[in-house]
Amino acid sequence: MSAARAVTDATFEADVLKSEKTILVDFWAAWCGPCRAVGPILDQIAQEHSDKIEIVKLNVDENPQTAAKYQITSIPAMKVYQGGQVVKTVIGAKPKPALEADLAAYLA
Amino acid sequence: MRQIIIIGSGPAGYTAAIYAARANLKPLLIASSVEAGGELMNTTDVENFPGFPEGIQGPELMMQLQTQAERFGTELVLDDVTSVELTGDVKTVTLGSGATHKALSVIFATGSAYRKLGLPDEERLSGHGVSWCATCDGFFFKEKTIAVVGGGDSAMEEATFLTRFATKVYVIHRKDTLRASKIMQERAFSNEKIEFVWNSEVIGVDGADAVTGVRLRDTVTGAERALPVQGLFIAIGNDPRVHLVHGQLDLTPEGTIAVAGRTSKTAVPGVFAAGDVIDPTYRQAVTAAASGTVAALDAEHYLANLPKSLLADASERELTTIA
Repeated sequence: MSAARAVTDATFEADVLKSEKTILVDFWAAWCGPCRAVGPILDQIAQEHSDKIEIVKLNVDENPQTAAKYQITSIPAMKVYQGGQVVKTVIGAKPKPALEADLAAYLA
Repeated sequence: MRQIIIIGSGPAGYTAAIYAARANLKPLLIASSVEAGGELMNTTDVENFPGFPEGIQGPELMMQLQTQAERFGTELVLDDVTSVELTGDVKTVTLGSGATHKALSVIFATGSAYRKLGLPDEERLSGHGVSWCATCDGFFFKEKTIAVVGGGDSAMEEATFLTRFATKVYVIHRKDTLRASKIMQERAFSNEKIEFVWNSEVIGVDGADAVTGVRLRDTVTGAERALPVQGLFIAIGNDPRVHLVHGQLDLTPEGTIAVAGRTSKTAVPGVFAAGDVIDPTYRQAVTAAASGTVAALDAEHYLANLPKSLLADASERELTTIA
């Protein structure tokens, strides 16, 4: 998991869907090893591109409503939201250069 | 420059690091960015690693191995190796970040990866009924119905092993003959708990939270059907992770890195290999750990016999880096 701010079923609309910023939601769970591995990488990306993107995390065990709504079937799942819409989905833990390449359009 | 770089952070890599660090070789261990700890990070109970009578969680075991390696001075880097240059006395290892590290010796402990079916639900249900390791997970399928996919020795072995736990084991194979050796075939044929499903390929895995069945397609008629099972063991092969060394190290017919006899020595001086990447047969955490020990001892011996000037160079530059 990342050190990012946590969002929940209750706060998802205000924190993510109504945000004016580009938001990446890291869907994770405590039992997911690859989630723990990719967390620090997301933290680095968030720090290096804080002017372009905000990264938050959502625990799928504790927030099944949002996880179901976005049909999360494999974690880590990283979804980029702009104006309340999903504009990009990345599934699975990847090395930093690969994640940066996947997210390039939202980091530059 | 380093005396030794270890690539890989499974039981082989960490054990090599423990030995190398205790020999005061100050190893640098490249652990991977998102796969640090290796395959055991995605398993739950490890009940066959000696010393843990109550079992231990895979990730917990790997954390302890990491702690033990670091305790004696192993430096850990969470990055991926993108290329290696192994010729000459000084080896170069390049990382995903672009950083390069030089060392007098390198141990490859890059492991192997289970081959996958490539089905969309396979990953999702991994750990929830989909498994690649009968000896690891079979115990948790007592009194269940299981399907094993594959037609080779490993599939026969897994199916036979799983009958210790399961009430019924289907072996699903795409053809009507097996690749497996005669003796393994006969062992499976004579086991009354095993039923062969010939000419069938798995085209889907069903289950919301856990496997409830598989969908099969007949490879001759094209007919599709569902087969209810609670477990799906995939035994269609393992691929040693050797992409870094293609063209630089010799491989065996099985695709593993070739080493001399029971040693870890590759044909290139100063380059050693340990664990699953040299082992087409056993692939257990404890055999990998033992193999890591062999590699560290081989490397230590190699370094001890290098010209003093090279070793001095290694420690001097290391001191410079630290300062």
